[in-house]
Amino acid sequence: MNYTFIALVENKPGVLNRVASLFRRRNFNIESLAVGRTENPEVSRMTVVVDCPNGDVDAHRIEANLYKLVNVIDVQDVTHQPVVARDLALIKVRVGPERRAEVNGLAEIFRARIVDVAPDSVVVEITGTEDKIEGMIELLRPIGIVEMVRTGQISMTRGVHDGVRRMPGMESRRYEDVMDMAEMMP
Amino acid sequence: MKLKGAEIVWECLVREGVEVVFGYPGGANMPIYDAMLNYPVHHVLVRHEQGGAHMADGYARASGKVGVAMATSGPGATNLVTGIATAMMDSVPVVFITGQVAAHLIGGDAFQETDVTGITLPITKHNYLVTRAEEIAETIREAFYIAKSGRPGPVLIDICKNAQVESCEFAYPEEVKLPGYQPVTRSPRNLLDDAVALIEKAKKPIILCGHGVIMSNAEEELMQFAVKTQTPVASTLLGLGAFPASHELSLGMMGMHGEAYTNLAIQNSDLILAFGMRFDDRVTGTLKTYAPKAKKIHIEIDPSEVHKNVFVDVPLVGDVKTVVADLIPLVDEYDHDEWKQEINGWKNEADTRSIMNWEEDGRLYVAHLIADIWKATGGGAIVTTDVGQHQMWTAQYYQLEKPNRWITSGGAGTMGFGLPSAIGAWFAAKDQEIWAVAGDGGFQMTAAELTTAVQEGANVKVAIMNNSFLGMVRQWQEFFFEKRYSAVNMLAPDFVKLAEAHGVPAKRVTKREEVNEAIEWARSIKGPTVLEFRVEMEDAVYPMVPAGAALHEMIRRPVKA
Repeated sequence: MNYTFIALVENKPGVLNRVASLFRRRNFNIESLAVGRTENPEVSRMTVVVDCPNGDVDAHRIEANLYKLVNVIDVQDVTHQPVVARDLALIKVRVGPERRAEVNGLAEIFRARIVDVAPDSVVVEITGTEDKIEGMIELLRPIGIVEMVRTGQISMTRGVHDGVRRMPGMESRRYEDVMDMAEMMP
Repeated sequence: MKLKGAEIVWECLVREGVEVVFGYPGGANMPIYDAMLNYPVHHVLVRHEQGGAHMADGYARASGKVGVAMATSGPGATNLVTGIATAMMDSVPVVFITGQVAAHLIGGDAFQETDVTGITLPITKHNYLVTRAEEIAETIREAFYIAKSGRPGPVLIDICKNAQVESCEFAYPEEVKLPGYQPVTRSPRNLLDDAVALIEKAKKPIILCGHGVIMSNAEEELMQFAVKTQTPVASTLLGLGAFPASHELSLGMMGMHGEAYTNLAIQNSDLILAFGMRFDDRVTGTLKTYAPKAKKIHIEIDPSEVHKNVFVDVPLVGDVKTVVADLIPLVDEYDHDEWKQEINGWKNEADTRSIMNWEEDGRLYVAHLIADIWKATGGGAIVTTDVGQHQMWTAQYYQLEKPNRWITSGGAGTMGFGLPSAIGAWFAAKDQEIWAVAGDGGFQMTAAELTTAVQEGANVKVAIMNNSFLGMVRQWQEFFFEKRYSAVNMLAPDFVKLAEAHGVPAKRVTKREEVNEAIEWARSIKGPTVLEFRVEMEDAVYPMVPAGAALHEMIRRPVKA
């Protein structure tokens, strides 16, 4: 089963490599990994979807191992939490003027947009859950997909709630709290 | 104060209390070596960078401080890799400082450029690439803090040559700012209470003492807890010395070559208290049948070790010393007499098989030799080993009473570790007797460090157990490959001549009656000595839990007719 983790990491060179290397070394298979900035320039945010054949046991391992990395500030498991999860896809469809309206209609149903039109193709931009994107791909495939790119999943919990932190003593590690903790260090 | 990067390196090392570094100069760290002459740090010129890494490791283990090893870029840095991996597997705090080509050359395959941070990423606790002089002070401060705190481990700093020669304002950082690095040291009360509830119910408890006890200086707490609850203490290979071997609650070593009665006690226990150990496959045997009746309490600083190999009932994440100190007032006193008697029954049975009770037949058995060294040194020496049969015999027969005197490569199983780590240990404890026990195979891997020992006047006694085989591999081939001895028959140089060529006095011992005299001869000489013991060729280490077997399914030493 796939588990989704949100990791806050220090925005430093090589941190992505450390995280990816850790998953490789511990023999976990990453389904999707998306990295981007946050509201704090010193912090990057990763959404990692990992296949966990042993369920919660693996999830615990992943979280604990992430904390072994010095640059990892916070890890939350949001698998079983109410989250907003999004994936963005750009899909280039081989389509001439005669069937363009059909693609346009599909895009409307999926709240997608056509962002480029060429004589023999269009590019469709769609955001949403992975399921929704899969649904659109299925309908576009018979028309003819030339090229496709996806960002991978990004997730955010709904409301002010956090995800699950499995490690004892690791509760609430938002960056502001962590900065306070740093001042308390010996 | 404006300083060159290379000077900042030494300013920081001095402030971190570094007195000795083990290293090798080269093109990419020459500015650091040039600046070194102005600082009160002793540099040991090793013969191979791997030797330097093991010396820093041995120094760290014997002193409880952070060891430091240096190398230049490229092959100099990659020669450290085995030593770094060894320190990583055994959680030893060592800071490695390597030179790197100038920052503007990185990525261009410049002469002696190697991606050292990339190579060492999986075998360091953390590592750094420093491209500017301004980063050096903060990086070194962080590196020492990370190496020593939490679960200790090696940290590597790769410093570009331009950063070494550029100047910048130097200020030693007052504090370390690592928002993500917050080792948990104390377990919450509710989990301590859960542990106490299990301890109260236990009829057959056992403590498994690991390296973590020594790393956190928790020996006193362990003693208090064990005595108060009358719980027998078994030790991992690296935990030896944390609990005195002569104590009535001591069960000695557990695991693949552990005492048979110790393994039986673990398998029959109803509560395992794991103190700073990680349920390595060498101590558990197959996990399917491991301690089936036992509840498990795991005290461990590294959260990723909890539930990793063995699912535990109560995880107490934190520093062993702190957590056990928190536990002691919460537990009651017990006697556990029945349980101790049951264990004693197994122990008496084991004694009848012990090689120590064999009659002398004039031949040299390593077990006897180790016991002789143990007696001669009053059990007080620092003992380092290589890896293999002699390592296990030394663990079994050199009865340690105190911590930080047993230096061996446990997790990685690094051959060639014994001699260099002994030299490193000597710098930490010059007033103590130091013995390096080696096999003929491992000794040949790092024998060149004999000259380092001579140059430094390191008072280390090397005992080579020469059976003309790679003994442990031969033992496995004997037991599991129908005695098809593949690539284990090993020619050795004349060790006495080899030692003498290095300027080290040496003796060969072939007869039982020469042993004690030779040991006393070695002890009487100030400076390094080598003793080569021509030991029984086909002796095996007993007991042995075959790989994949249950912990109680041991191959026992045959009773001698």
